[in-house]
Amino acid sequence: MPKTLTKTLTPAGTLYRGREGQWSWVAHRITGVVIFFFLLVHVLDTSLVRVSPEAYDAVIASYKNPIMGLGELGLVAAIVFHAFNGIRVILVDFWKKGPKYHRQMLWGVVGLWAVVMIAFSIRHLTHVFGG
Amino acid sequence: MATPIIETPRSGRVAPGYSRSSTSRGNFEMIAWLFMRLSGAILVVLIFVHLYVNLVAGDGISGIDFGFVAGKWADPVWQIWDLTLLWLSMLHGTNGIRVIINDYAEKNSTRMILKGVLYTATVVIVVLGTLVIFTFDPCPVIDGVAHVADYCPAP
Repeated sequence: MPKTLTKTLTPAGTLYRGREGQWSWVAHRITGVVIFFFLLVHVLDTSLVRVSPEAYDAVIASYKNPIMGLGELGLVAAIVFHAFNGIRVILVDFWKKGPKYHRQMLWGVVGLWAVVMIAFSIRHLTHVFGG
Repeated sequence: MATPIIETPRSGRVAPGYSRSSTSRGNFEMIAWLFMRLSGAILVVLIFVHLYVNLVAGDGISGIDFGFVAGKWADPVWQIWDLTLLWLSMLHGTNGIRVIINDYAEKNSTRMILKGVLYTATVVIVVLGTLVIFTFDPCPVIDGVAHVADYCPAP
């Protein structure tokens, strides 16, 4: 058997092809689940404004520490990725050339995400670590 | 050689693993798919402004307290903004989790239980959040004691 043929053989019997498409899908699912569970807690703690100003301020004060600050950074990172990748999914589905350029669009998503997160990290960590 | 007979797909016996509910759900899945894209596009705008106003502008996260929330909800624009955010994000998130449950929970009973818990949580959170936005009082009187703030009338 010629060497070139053995190299091009792909595993059969699976739809999972790896690479940018599958991994962006995995990241979209994980970030989506994380954001959803945060959202449940976010509505519950914000609802304390209806109990009393002291109850709300008490729970917010318990969030004002470096561990929660880093958690907020991670949450925003998940939201920004989910948002940009979501726009990519919309373009793949509705733009004629979307499927052709889905890989390039993922690197655009990652690049934009990095720029936004660098800017946000500076701003947010300044507040968290008392700037 | 006789011509092989190829049956119409699924005309014969279908393996039990593939036999889920046979009732037609009409266009539901297509509407759900479309809703994810429409609500997603709107949510990008709603959430990015929400994050900017709460975490970037002014004192950022350090500035968040009861007075900050009261100041925002004194403006009907932010009430409608947050109400839309609550409903769209909860429906978008609930449908996302529904799809994930359908993907990974193979037993009918497991799917039913997980989706039951999911829909219960969704209704509770959406109803609670809506009530809080509409019944919010920036200057509450609790046990006869009026809340003191510069935006509240002197007791």
